[in-house]
Amino acid sequence: MKTNNKMVLSFKALSVNESFARSTVAAFVATLNPTLDEITDIKTAVSEAVTNCVVHAYPKKAGEVSIEVKLAGDMVYIAVSDRGIGISDFEKAKEPFFTTRKKDERSGMGFTVMESFMDRVELEKNKTKGVIIRLEKKLGKVNYRVVGG
Amino acid sequence: MEVKSRVYNNVLYVVLSGELDEHSSSYARTTLDELLARSNFNQVIIDLSELEFMDSTGIGVLIGRYKKLKPRSIPIYICNPSTHAERIFNMTGLYEIMPKIN
Repeated sequence: MKTNNKMVLSFKALSVNESFARSTVAAFVATLNPTLDEITDIKTAVSEAVTNCVVHAYPKKAGEVSIEVKLAGDMVYIAVSDRGIGISDFEKAKEPFFTTRKKDERSGMGFTVMESFMDRVELEKNKTKGVIIRLEKKLGKVNYRVVGG
Repeated sequence: MEVKSRVYNNVLYVVLSGELDEHSSSYARTTLDELLARSNFNQVIIDLSELEFMDSTGIGVLIGRYKKLKPRSIPIYICNPSTHAERIFNMTGLYEIMPKIN
């Protein structure tokens, strides 16, 4: 029987930590025996979310990023949060190819990639300042019956 | 990440290996630009068979190199992408400017 599980990770918003962050989340999720594809989906989405914090949240001095992962049954809930400058227009930020940093060769595809690889992506304001990116994924969907079929 | 290259029959063949993310992107850009600045090739093939991870930062790196080579009319081709890299390429339309070859 699968029990609920949870972990919290906190680190400085530096690009060198991206690999550490996505690999750590993947290692934690691995306890649910996901497929290799599911693990790569999650690693990619976490990488996009953390990159968002590293690139945009703290323009002056790198602050903190925290990641909370909850596992409940076959569901994976990930919240990547920062206490940075925030995002002024959530809908605009989610648009494909939208970037505030075109000169830096940014693709503006971060949120589109997250939405494509996860089942649900939500942006919300962090309590005092900053942003929380919530990612959800149901594992083992291949084996699920079609509802209403 | 590591960038390996060789030129054969006027083709610059580049192998990207390891992980391409925000952290490694500046190294990838600099190394690729040094290779692309040479004049001993008339097409480029980027082989991704050894790339273990890539997120959307990789798209920015690839499109940036395409823009640099465009004035010289030198095409770039992509080969051996992982399933995930391919999904990112398809959602961004990258193959329209850098066709996939086998």
